[in-house]
Amino acid sequence: MEIKSHTISILVDNEAGVLGRVVGLFSGRGYNIENLTVAVIDKEKGLSRITISTTGTDIIVEQIVAQIERIVPVHRVLNMTVNPPSVEREIALIKIICEPRLRNDALQIANAFRADKVDITNESCVFQVVGKPSKIDTFVELMKPLGLAEIDRSGLVALSRGTKVI
Amino acid sequence: MLLKGAEIFIKALKEQGVDTIFGYPGAVILPIYDELLKDDELKHILVRQESGAVHAAEGYAKSTGKVGVVLVTSGPGATNTVTGITDAMMDSIPVICFSGQVASNLIGNDAFQEADMIGITRPSTKHSYLIKDTKDLARIIHEAFYVATTGRPGPVLIDLPKDVLTGVAEYTPKIDIKHKTYNPKIIPDVDKIDEAIQLIKEAKAPIIYCGGGVLNSYAFKGGLKNSKTDSVELLKEFVKITNMPITLTLPALGCFDGEDEHFLGMCGMHGTYEANMAMHGCDLMICLGARFDDRVTSNIKGFSPNSKKIHIDIDKSSINKNIMVDVGIVGDAGEVLKELIKTGVKVNDYSDWWKRIETWRSMNCLRYKDSDEIIKPQKVIETLYELTKDKDTYIATEVGQHQMWTAQYYKFRKPLHFMTSCGLGTMGYGLPSSIGTLIADRTRTVILVAGDSSFQMNIQELGTVLQEQIPLKMIILNNHFMGMVKQHQDLFYQKRHASTKMDAQPDLMKIADAYNIKALSVKNPLELKDKMKEWLNHDGATLLNVMIDENEHVYPMIPAGQSHNTMLLGGLK
Ligand SMILES: Cc1ncc(C[n+]2csc(CCOP(=O)(O)OP(=O)(O)O)c2C)c(N)n1
Repeated sequence: MEIKSHTISILVDNEAGVLGRVVGLFSGRGYNIENLTVAVIDKEKGLSRITISTTGTDIIVEQIVAQIERIVPVHRVLNMTVNPPSVEREIALIKIICEPRLRNDALQIANAFRADKVDITNESCVFQVVGKPSKIDTFVELMKPLGLAEIDRSGLVALSRGTKVI
Repeated sequence: MLLKGAEIFIKALKEQGVDTIFGYPGAVILPIYDELLKDDELKHILVRQESGAVHAAEGYAKSTGKVGVVLVTSGPGATNTVTGITDAMMDSIPVICFSGQVASNLIGNDAFQEADMIGITRPSTKHSYLIKDTKDLARIIHEAFYVATTGRPGPVLIDLPKDVLTGVAEYTPKIDIKHKTYNPKIIPDVDKIDEAIQLIKEAKAPIIYCGGGVLNSYAFKGGLKNSKTDSVELLKEFVKITNMPITLTLPALGCFDGEDEHFLGMCGMHGTYEANMAMHGCDLMICLGARFDDRVTSNIKGFSPNSKKIHIDIDKSSINKNIMVDVGIVGDAGEVLKELIKTGVKVNDYSDWWKRIETWRSMNCLRYKDSDEIIKPQKVIETLYELTKDKDTYIATEVGQHQMWTAQYYKFRKPLHFMTSCGLGTMGYGLPSSIGTLIADRTRTVILVAGDSSFQMNIQELGTVLQEQIPLKMIILNNHFMGMVKQHQDLFYQKRHASTKMDAQPDLMKIADAYNIKALSVKNPLELKDKMKEWLNHDGATLLNVMIDENEHVYPMIPAGQSHNTMLLGGLK
């Protein structure tokens, strides 16, 4: 069976230790985590949303989802990598430190990727780029010869298409 | 009215119907102990080591269908419970462990006797809570009882900082509202029932394979309030309607009458020949509340290669975890049986299948060569059954060969009468769990079958027997070895007995005597039965030390990783 990347969204009560429970389940059962994002999404109701990407066959991911569902403070779990695939986005900040002669090239690429310049000095530039992870990967590749100095990526956030909600 | 945390604790436990707590005090948990002094209804059983408290609570829970409650202090008191909690997790036993914790303002400072119990027990609890405010205490206790007993039962840990116990708050009574996140599926889907019935209709050689889930359904009903569903009765009815053969896993023993002709005996590594051959050769396997554990499946690739499989489990994550099945039904075992019977199972004529089973059965795989010179362990258990079968007898075991012989030769006929550590295989479980079983009802006949090595692992609990003055009957199958490990050395390590001989065995007679327990000993096979009668008929706590043949092995045996049709049968072949 085909091993591929899956994104799982988890709606949890924002209580102490809940992230540890989810992450501990992955390490304890030998599943890998490729990506992890977590943030409070509803302060009043005390809800957080965790987005995890992992690799495995459909059966393994089904098993992971069932295991996560058992965790007491978990409201809902959804495998986002189904038909149609969900909308997945990531944000990255990328710092370039380069000689002025290379700068124009960098700015041109940034334009093509609709990256914002969020900080500029004579020697450096920080771009903010948003999109699918693959787009960010490409952006990073192109910036490598142009003085790429530092990267920070937010990790994935994902929502289902159409009217479907978690 | 404002109550102190310690008062709230006691009030909440009583509202949940708790009558017994197993525990061991320490400084930070004293607010509760002090409060317990004022209360005549809640009994506190003082164990001799905290792991004993958890196993005793397990025995109490397993034999009563009530939650087992443990109370310990912070740090070492709490860490001593970890093995018991893990044992309860593996066997899905509802135990709630209350651990003292240093005051909230000290947490995280490496304070004296601070241990991060939430962190330490995270993978071995169903859920855990660190209480930070006295006002949450009652609500969380009520929630813990719900979580421990609903769906697949399991242990819950509640960490109690000292200031939470001394602080004051209003009491929150128990309310039956839907839990905001944890609502496991108890009632099965109708279409899945139909799919199962279709497979049953087509089968010519079916087998029912039941696990501890049936007993948990019997005891806890998936957590359904006021449910009258009796999974054990329904299972009996299902077998009667279908005329199907049935096999049980170790924790399930007793959920079906061990004397019934449909019962093929236990399955798995030390299961009977007929049970394992039928599991291997069936064309339909109905797995009810079991989890295709590797002690049952052995080599997954060779496991029951030609069968369709129906898996019924309250825990969705058990389905398709180890073995891919054709129909997975999520729900409580009793509720599913009720639906299957109500919807109407159509059955075939299984006489050809039964004929095959009878040939396997005629191997008589549990036959052994008795002796006049040396006591055979199998004989001891057979005699034990003979002498106790007419009484309502509870049996607990430790872990090892004696445990397997008990499972094989004692015919469990009733639910909740067999206390044994299955998933974790915890030596030291038996003595405290037998104590918990007897504490639950002091009029019970409770027998501990122990090996000489396991018996020593929590031997300090004899102190609890002494303190509680309970008439526990202990029988040691004494082979002066860690018999089960020796068996593996005999078979797979050319009899190199590295560290498994119990060379320095204490005088068990003197030990029993020190605890005011009557001790008997027997070596001569011809005296065995009379000695056992004397042991059973004595009024108080009694220990019978039986010198058995140290070279005896447990058979049949499927060596780890091999298939069911490659069973070792010992001398019989
Ligand atoms: C706490 C713990 N430590 C080690 C083991 C491994 N182990 C399994 S059976 C066994 C020997 C048990 O010996 P005994 O209690 O004398 O029983 P016998 O097998 O001789 O009947 C051992 C060491 C275990 N199951 N649990």
